[in-house]
Amino acid sequence: MAGFAPGALVRVKDDWPETRGPVHIRTPHYLRGMRGKVVRRFGDYPNPEDLAFARPAAQRALYHVAFDQPSVWQEGKAGDQLLVEIYEHWLEPA
Amino acid sequence: MMAGSNILETDGEKLLAAVRDLLAAKGLVSSAEIAERIAITDAANPGQGARMVAKAWTDPAYRSLMLEDGTKAAEELGIPMRGAPPLGVLENTDDVHHLVVCTLCSCYPRAVLGYPPFWFKSAAYRARGVRDPRGLIAEWGTVLPDGVTIRVVDSTADYRWMVLPQRPAGTEGWSEDRLAAIVREGDMIGVTVPALPAR
Repeated sequence: MAGFAPGALVRVKDDWPETRGPVHIRTPHYLRGMRGKVVRRFGDYPNPEDLAFARPAAQRALYHVAFDQPSVWQEGKAGDQLLVEIYEHWLEPA
Repeated sequence: MMAGSNILETDGEKLLAAVRDLLAAKGLVSSAEIAERIAITDAANPGQGARMVAKAWTDPAYRSLMLEDGTKAAEELGIPMRGAPPLGVLENTDDVHHLVVCTLCSCYPRAVLGYPPFWFKSAAYRARGVRDPRGLIAEWGTVLPDGVTIRVVDSTADYRWMVLPQRPAGTEGWSEDRLAAIVREGDMIGVTVPALPAR
């Protein structure tokens, strides 16, 4: 994967692996399909989706991604933000 | 395993003892290492984070280090960070206020703040933290001035987050110890902001 630079506009995949079997997912439900902006790349960390099942875990880039909080919830104060750690394989260009 | 036994119904103490014995038998972790980890975990408390905050308020170089690399900043004050997840520090300013929550479980910067308060792990705090953060912190009496953005940090992965709050007015010339004494656990989670003790 090419990776995302700070400022890149991204979308969290609208994917629901929970419907396909036992999983351990660190991407919150409320962000699936939401658009955000990359703030920072933290580096690479072993994929928790495999670690949780004691499977060999590939290194995945981890990003801090900012989301417009009122857009996510359809309520709240304009300008408020959510800042969330998301692994690269959950992000696509927006 | 006993016939008909159910891990969900097994006595917690027995389960813990069994796991410990297995870890030792397999040579994965020694009982001395477990004892050391328990001692470190029990010794951690919000006073450690408060010392970091007070130093950041009085020492600009330390503040820079803390925002750049929370783990190094903690180690500089002698706080054991070996084996702990990387620590990130979020600075509150005149323009932005941070609130830390873990919606997926209860990730918490235990190395610098100790055990999380009971409400941090509650479903209500976790749900409202991301959906209605202003209403939530208002219940602690925290009302942000107009023009201050709230940035909710959902701790979902490898980092642990603490807030560097703003130094309150009226503390000019205070020593680090005196400053550290007014920094509370909630100030470093973002549900409250440091206040001077009532006279």
